[in-house]
Amino acid sequence: MKILIRNGRLVDPASGLDQVGDLAITSGRITAIGNANADFAPDRTIDATGLIVAPGLVDLAARLKEPGHEHEGMLESELAAAAAGGVTSVVCLPDTDPALDEPGLVEMLKLRARKLSRCRLFPLGALTRGLKGEALTEMAELHEAGCIGYSQAESPIKDLQVLSRALQYAATFGYTVWLRPQDPWLGKGVAASGPMATRLGLSGVPVASETIAIHTIVELVRSTGARVHLCRISSAQGVELVRQAKAEGLPITADVSINSLMLTDVDIGYFNSAMRVTPPLRQGRDRDALQAGLKDGTLDALVSDHTPVDEDNKLLPFGEAEPGATGLELLLSLALKWSGADETDQPAPEALRRALAAVTLGPVKVLGESLGSLSSSAGRLVAGGVADVVVFDPAQRWVVSPDALVSQGKHTPFAFESTGFQMAGRVCLTLVAGQVAHEALPA
Amino acid sequence: MANIAPAPAILRKPQRNPQLNAHGELIHLLSTEGLPKANLLQILDTAEQFLSVNDREVKKVPLLRGKSVFNLFFENSTRTRTTFEIAAKRLSADVINLDIARSSASKGESLLDTIANLSAMQADMFIVRHSESGAPYLIAQHVAPHVHVVNAGDGRHAHPTQALLDMYTIRHYKKDFTNLTVAIVGDIVHSRVARSNIHALTTLGVPEVRVVGPRTLVPGDLRHLGVRVCHSMEEGIKDADVVIMLRLQNERMNGGMLPSAGEFFKEFGLTEAKLALAKPDAIVMHPGPINRGVEIDSAVADGKQSVILPQVTFGIAVRMAVMGIIAGNEA
Repeated sequence: MKILIRNGRLVDPASGLDQVGDLAITSGRITAIGNANADFAPDRTIDATGLIVAPGLVDLAARLKEPGHEHEGMLESELAAAAAGGVTSVVCLPDTDPALDEPGLVEMLKLRARKLSRCRLFPLGALTRGLKGEALTEMAELHEAGCIGYSQAESPIKDLQVLSRALQYAATFGYTVWLRPQDPWLGKGVAASGPMATRLGLSGVPVASETIAIHTIVELVRSTGARVHLCRISSAQGVELVRQAKAEGLPITADVSINSLMLTDVDIGYFNSAMRVTPPLRQGRDRDALQAGLKDGTLDALVSDHTPVDEDNKLLPFGEAEPGATGLELLLSLALKWSGADETDQPAPEALRRALAAVTLGPVKVLGESLGSLSSSAGRLVAGGVADVVVFDPAQRWVVSPDALVSQGKHTPFAFESTGFQMAGRVCLTLVAGQVAHEALPA
Repeated sequence: MANIAPAPAILRKPQRNPQLNAHGELIHLLSTEGLPKANLLQILDTAEQFLSVNDREVKKVPLLRGKSVFNLFFENSTRTRTTFEIAAKRLSADVINLDIARSSASKGESLLDTIANLSAMQADMFIVRHSESGAPYLIAQHVAPHVHVVNAGDGRHAHPTQALLDMYTIRHYKKDFTNLTVAIVGDIVHSRVARSNIHALTTLGVPEVRVVGPRTLVPGDLRHLGVRVCHSMEEGIKDADVVIMLRLQNERMNGGMLPSAGEFFKEFGLTEAKLALAKPDAIVMHPGPINRGVEIDSAVADGKQSVILPQVTFGIAVRMAVMGIIAGNEA
């Protein structure tokens, strides 16, 4: 199959490319960027005039809810949602039921994802068996099965000796450990500590629950030499600690969710349970620091933190509602909004580059060698590399109406009725290995 | 291709206070926060008229005749439920008491399913108590337009009728709010009564509201509510016109927030000696039920400055006023 994407604005943050031209794809690989050979005879030609052609998005955090929570989401629906959002590679978390602590489970997931061929799937294995924080999993076996790192998802390890040994063991093989910094006891509340939680009478999660955990992890990284990815930083102080750890040269990377990047606790309004997410939404100065941290590279990646939650678990009083929000289909538009690339119909080059870097190059750098043969071409437009490509219309404005989402999870803080957000950038075409995973081209 | 002119990045839909209709009239009572002074005063003035009903031989007015009021208590409280029941009956409503803590919720029925079922039984008003902050908001958002919701206490968030009866009591004894110092003592952080009182007092123009207690129960960030945070009784009570004591829950000791009830009483319990620091004509209030010897000494609870029992009497008139007013307003 040969595809020619004609006359699009080709943008690749990795190479600095930003020019109007053609993209030629042959047998799943990019064969020409800019001008296709005169003798290139495509089976299909796509007119991308006025559209942006960029590397497919790489999302470092999505829950696909399989196995165990199929009533909230399934591989089929959630990988289709990824494709609809222009996401071509997704890292999924191990907090399924059972947890991803057995190679067989991981192989099954990988196999099923491959059959659906909507999006590449990179599972995180459980760091401890059943995510219980007690016994280590067979990391090398899980690696063989396809895990790209190890994580505790939302279950922090309480026993620091276990965490220390897990990091030592992972460091033996050079595996990355993905940890969401949250103290298990201080982190028990349902909203960020502050004026809003005080007023609403909601139990608070203090900033110290994040900073104490980061301090602990940084100390263990110093002593074990393990590589750690800090997931979902939520506070200004957290950003500062990551900055210091990086300045020290420690092997630490970090990400932020679209929720924490764009919203604050004030958005909870009158107990809107769509705003119930983990980590909890914090204050304006935290959001500002997260936005600045993503801009200056302290935070490496923007993630959707996609978590489909079914109606029964959301239509509850705020504190009882299940945390989480759907996000795969919003990642691109929110990246554009964060960088200011949504301000004009044809985004300024620098704003566009920054938005795309946060969801392509940044995450790929976090994944590094764990991507294997893809590490040199995923998240990039490279001649000879895999054709994971998104084509989107930057001028198309839209608002989030939950029922129109592809994901089985319909709850999002960004629903127009909650936040009144106007989005920019609609995905027209998603290619994974040169195959159409999603198509909504203008007629 | 769509080429719509760039819209402003954020078009926030104004979020109307869910307890008021478009004319600013009260349709539900969910919180005293954001409740305009005029609405608060309307309730107090109406309660004043109802107080005389309570002294009549036939203690009934026909305001809610034919209406069904459902007492929905997801959390046990005999006292509050009873005062709502009496208030509704004096307005001639049919009252149905549902002790959900022991029925459907324990069988796994969801909150909104319970509400939908009861709505199908032609309920006109729900009086709701729930252990989760915000639960009455969820209910108010999902009932039919003619159905009214009264918050009878949600989690740590609000207990507006208690606050209104407290305001009624203060006005009864002190006449004017604008020259008062009011001290609220005890477990403020977990108290819906404290929150609702703070909002009502500041709205009615009380210049100084103090919250008093140890830092575990009165953290510094309570100042965001517009109050003065005090960690000693001497500072908190001095020259106060009104002292509101809160009930101390036993859970606070088990949760590591206090070492013992005895130590709390020694430091923050209201005794005659401590009350002497307040103004000579200060009144002592308590939402009940009181823990004698934990937050308040018997000599004070039964003393001449105590208005704890009049509070209960006023509570019925205030709840009649709230139900009467919201039942008359359309969404």
